[in-house]
Amino acid sequence: MTEKPAIKVEKLVKRFGANTVLSGIDLVVPRGQVTCLIGPSGSGKSTLLRCIAFLEEANEGLIEINGEPLGFTSGEYGERNRLPAAQIQKVRSHIGMVFQQFNLWPHMTALGNVAEALVTVRGMPRKAAEERAMAQLSNVGLSARAGHYPSELSGGQQQRVAIARALALDPDIMLFDEPTSSLDPELTGEVLNVMRELAQSGMTMLVVTHEIGFAASVGSKIVFLDHGEKIVEGRPDEVFGKPRHERIDQFLDTYLDRGAATLL
Amino acid sequence: MTFDLDLIISFLPDILRALGVTILLWIVGSALGILVGFVIAVLRRYGPRGLDLALLAPVELIRGTPFLVQIFLLYYGGPFIGLSLDSVTAGLVGLTIYGAAYYSELWRSGFNAIPRGHIEAAQCVGLNRRQTLKRIILPEMTMLLLPSMVNMTILMLKETAILSIISVPELTLAVSALGTKYYAFVEGFAILALVYWALVEACSAMGRYAERRLSKYRFAAT
Ligand SMILES: Nc1ncnc2c1ncn2[C@@H]1O[C@H](COP(=O)(O)OP(=O)(O)OP(=O)(O)O)[C@@H](O)[C@H]1O
Ligand SMILES: [Mg+2]
Repeated sequence: MTEKPAIKVEKLVKRFGANTVLSGIDLVVPRGQVTCLIGPSGSGKSTLLRCIAFLEEANEGLIEINGEPLGFTSGEYGERNRLPAAQIQKVRSHIGMVFQQFNLWPHMTALGNVAEALVTVRGMPRKAAEERAMAQLSNVGLSARAGHYPSELSGGQQQRVAIARALALDPDIMLFDEPTSSLDPELTGEVLNVMRELAQSGMTMLVVTHEIGFAASVGSKIVFLDHGEKIVEGRPDEVFGKPRHERIDQFLDTYLDRGAATLL
Repeated sequence: MTFDLDLIISFLPDILRALGVTILLWIVGSALGILVGFVIAVLRRYGPRGLDLALLAPVELIRGTPFLVQIFLLYYGGPFIGLSLDSVTAGLVGLTIYGAAYYSELWRSGFNAIPRGHIEAAQCVGLNRRQTLKRIILPEMTMLLLPSMVNMTILMLKETAILSIISVPELTLAVSALGTKYYAFVEGFAILALVYWALVEACSAMGRYAERRLSKYRFAAT
């Protein structure tokens, strides 16, 4: 028996009003690997990630996490049935999410941000939760900043706290939506390094990124999205190597400065 | 006419009692207004759409008419619909309703000001709605809204003076009664202005202190 993929997306359709943002996406995210999602602005990358995190509900199609349906199951006649909230929460708990804007809670310290869900959701005693949070912070190199508030941290540090916050709940899948896009170039590296280490530890990751260098070196699989459709999918050398798909060529030309494009 | 300090000192006990009524009405009225305003804001945000519209009308009505007119209608018009309140109760109810309308709008702006991502981050780590409200939204709103809440509460103090028209035994009524009796309006109202001003300053100072204490919780630059 083959192992179920970490994430399986089938014929996913998402519309905002009359605007179809995802038009029937199929995607498999293999376990223990890094899958990178690239594509031009507005192509639906964030929307796809948000559907997988169940922050948006898709209009059609199915998502499975570790073989379990997320949000909806398909019935006998192909109709979709909504699952009970507790079931949705259970499946969601396998997933950790990291946002472009970090989204740390400003009234809690770094430690407080990481410990919050351990106490509030998992019911751990505060002290045990903080010990665990402290260990997570030291994994991202921030034990010295545990008592600082988000407003007292650099962007790169905030994003590392956000990663620690997601990891504290022991997810087996991590979703990243352009985790370095709002960082100054000199802070991008520290976040990418944390993500690299995470990848080496065997975490299943789905990463939306414009860092083509990262995608090419860390990603096992590249998925290129355009206008809500999956255009190309494959190993980095297949996707970026020559001959390239014409749309990828355009994308690399338009969205990257020449310097980065020639690195490939 | 001279500024008669002795007169004021001799009536100090009366004035202090009236001051007590003013402060009590102010604090209780503001606290209830903040509370009821919060409930209104939550119902309007999380309740069914019909409820939002149903609450919109009274909120706009209260915000669109003078407090003096409202309190007059409540006290003198109330009995016609079977609502006979003594003046202090009517004053407190009136203040609460008036405050609730304004505070509810403040709370509403607070809900809207919280970045959606902060709430989504809470969802992603498994906080349910109630936990998100209690642990994330409320604390974040508190620091966002503090300056405007303090400002509104200052306005509430000044509105208590209006209650003198329905004979609530508060400060303005007591002082104007003395003024009438001894023809000492200038002394009386000068003192009145100073007392209100002192209360306002005390309230502002507490607000500034709280803001300073909360300053490190300000939103981080991203
Ligand atoms: N909540 C929403 N309501 C309406 N339209 C939306 C919403 N979210 C996204 N869209 C639309 O969906 C389309 C895809 O957006 P999405 O954010 O998924 O793109 P993206 O690939 O992540 O782009 P970027 O690289 O700029 O982040 C866009 O046209 C956007 O305007
Ligand atoms: Mg996006």
